[in-house]
Amino acid sequence: MTDTTSQGGPGGSPSGEETASSFSLGDLMRSPASGAFMGLAMVFIVFAIFGFQRNFLSVGGVSTWVNFASTVGMIAIPVGFLMIAGELDISTGAVLPASAMTVAITSGYYEMPILLGIFASLAVGALIGFINGMIVTRTQVPSFIVTLATLFAVAGLTLTLSIVFINTTQTSLSAPDWAKNLFGGRLLGGFRSSVFWWIAMIVGFIYFLHKSPWGNWVFALGGDQESARNAGIPVQRLKIGLFMLSSTSTAFAGVLQTIQFNAATSQANFGMIFNTIIACVVGGLLLTGGFGTVMGIVFGTLTLAVVQQGIGYTEIDRNLSFLIIGVMLLIAVLMNDTFRNLATSWSTKKK
Amino acid sequence: MSSGNPVIELRSVDKSFGPIDVLHEISLKVGEGEVLCLLGDNGAGKSTLIKTLAGVHQPTRGEILMDGQPTTFSGPRDAQARGIATVHQFGGTYPLMSVGRNFFMGVEPTRNVGPFKVFDREKANRIAVEEVQKMGITRITDGDRLVGGLSGGERQSLAIARAVHFGARVLILDEPTAALGVKQAAHVLRIVNEAKRRGLAVIFITHQVMHAMAVGDHFAVLIRGAIAADFRKGDKTREEIADLMAGGESMADLEANIEGYMETHDGHPPQPAA
Ligand SMILES: Nc1ncnc2c1ncn2[C@@H]1O[C@H](COP(=O)(O)OP(=O)(O)O)[C@@H](O)[C@H]1O
Ligand SMILES: [Mg+2]
Repeated sequence: MTDTTSQGGPGGSPSGEETASSFSLGDLMRSPASGAFMGLAMVFIVFAIFGFQRNFLSVGGVSTWVNFASTVGMIAIPVGFLMIAGELDISTGAVLPASAMTVAITSGYYEMPILLGIFASLAVGALIGFINGMIVTRTQVPSFIVTLATLFAVAGLTLTLSIVFINTTQTSLSAPDWAKNLFGGRLLGGFRSSVFWWIAMIVGFIYFLHKSPWGNWVFALGGDQESARNAGIPVQRLKIGLFMLSSTSTAFAGVLQTIQFNAATSQANFGMIFNTIIACVVGGLLLTGGFGTVMGIVFGTLTLAVVQQGIGYTEIDRNLSFLIIGVMLLIAVLMNDTFRNLATSWSTKKK
Repeated sequence: MSSGNPVIELRSVDKSFGPIDVLHEISLKVGEGEVLCLLGDNGAGKSTLIKTLAGVHQPTRGEILMDGQPTTFSGPRDAQARGIATVHQFGGTYPLMSVGRNFFMGVEPTRNVGPFKVFDREKANRIAVEEVQKMGITRITDGDRLVGGLSGGERQSLAIARAVHFGARVLILDEPTAALGVKQAAHVLRIVNEAKRRGLAVIFITHQVMHAMAVGDHFAVLIRGAIAADFRKGDKTREEIADLMAGGESMADLEANIEGYMETHDGHPPQPAA
């Protein structure tokens, strides 16, 4: 049902509109990404009109929100996988500073090789995901509560350990040139390396969710877990894996940010929790699980980025961005049901 | 048609969950091309019994025999690998996934694209549609169609076709007709007959006596976890069976209620609680 979206290739740039133009109407209607795409197109057009005089379409303008989108996006997609599987992960807001501080303390303060710092950082992320996954699969506690607990636990631990190790809550890191270029450089006049990492991750994630047999299992988890278990799908291992994917991707985003800005802070990033969830919902995912596409989340992330960051390059009042996001979220939730119904009944109508 | 050799047999099986005894001394057998109807009110232990057959639960006491050999199932996957397929009330299908993906859930056909294993959507869709059509459901022609858009009967049929395709020898149907209207239920009953014709041993769970009478060769009535009656086709009338299920109380009043309900609800029978 979702193959159509993956033909479009990564839509990491504003040229994403072209991806949908080759879809047949029926495929478009069936895809949970279609609503998200239309939302993005609408927001983009409105902002382009109001930002025509204010460099919204300049490289500087575009790269600002695309850079922002890349960080949110590489976290939102695996968070979206969990949502498709019927779970939620909000611990990302603490994994981000934990991973950032890990790489900064290891390779900055202690001057160890950068690769070791990156590895340590990803390992911290993987471990937090493993703990989330173990608790969720071994207990009946909803993942929202489990990851809320780990969110606070990890946030507190990050602050405390920062004080223990370096006696301050933030620190700097200057990576060697090759690492700086690879993980935190600027290309094509303003796009951060994170954009290209994001595009690579989108390709990998599309393969995983829509092309590989495992993607089927993720949908099955959110569709009907009991049946999935009876169909022989390793429900627990898959779930733990998805939590690890989400927190490790978050850790990677933290690494990229740290190398990019040469600094890390221990403060929890609560905004990231909302951003990733908004990106998923605007991207057409259902909170009840079982439905969604990678490209939908990509469109949702770009929409969010345009409204939050691109707004500075338009004549629209910056203060309106939260209001627009709120309204957009409501519309998306209402539309998602409509799109789901269209998707389910599409073939019947064709006859 | 009656079983020469039972495919699956339970001998004095008990099942308890901690202190709660759910099944007592259950003995049953089903042979090839035979339909065993398991009747019982809600809470009688029907689901527990079939979960035990399907490897979800281990019996607390007693034994399970397959082809006459005592056996244990380490889990649902093991039971499935040995030919026991379970179809649940709602088809055990994923409403927001396509017919092809549903059909091959857990056993996805793949092809190699370079070093990558890719789900073979065309093959999955083609086989799924073929198999469903072979079972007599000709309305399903598009493997990309989402299962949520199918009728309840079509969903059940898809699940049964899936079981047949993957070589099931024992087909366990947990209240397949409970949520269906009259026409849809008739549809599913036809498919049950088709499965039987293909030589599967079918265990059909229901609390609708009419549905049981339409396909059953052999009947067992479960009351509070014990088999209260065990008889063959034609041995008992519909009223006798209904009374047995109700634990000896007369069903006449209840039936009047049900008919009243169906008149006011577009011909739908009342939905069971579980
Ligand atoms: N895992 C379990 N633990 C404890 N009690 C259970 C469990 N599963 C079922 N039961 C109990 O067993 C009885 C029979 O349930 P069930 O097999 O679902 O009946 P039916 O399918 O005939 O409606 C019920 O009283 C139920 O509460
Ligand atoms: Mg039941």
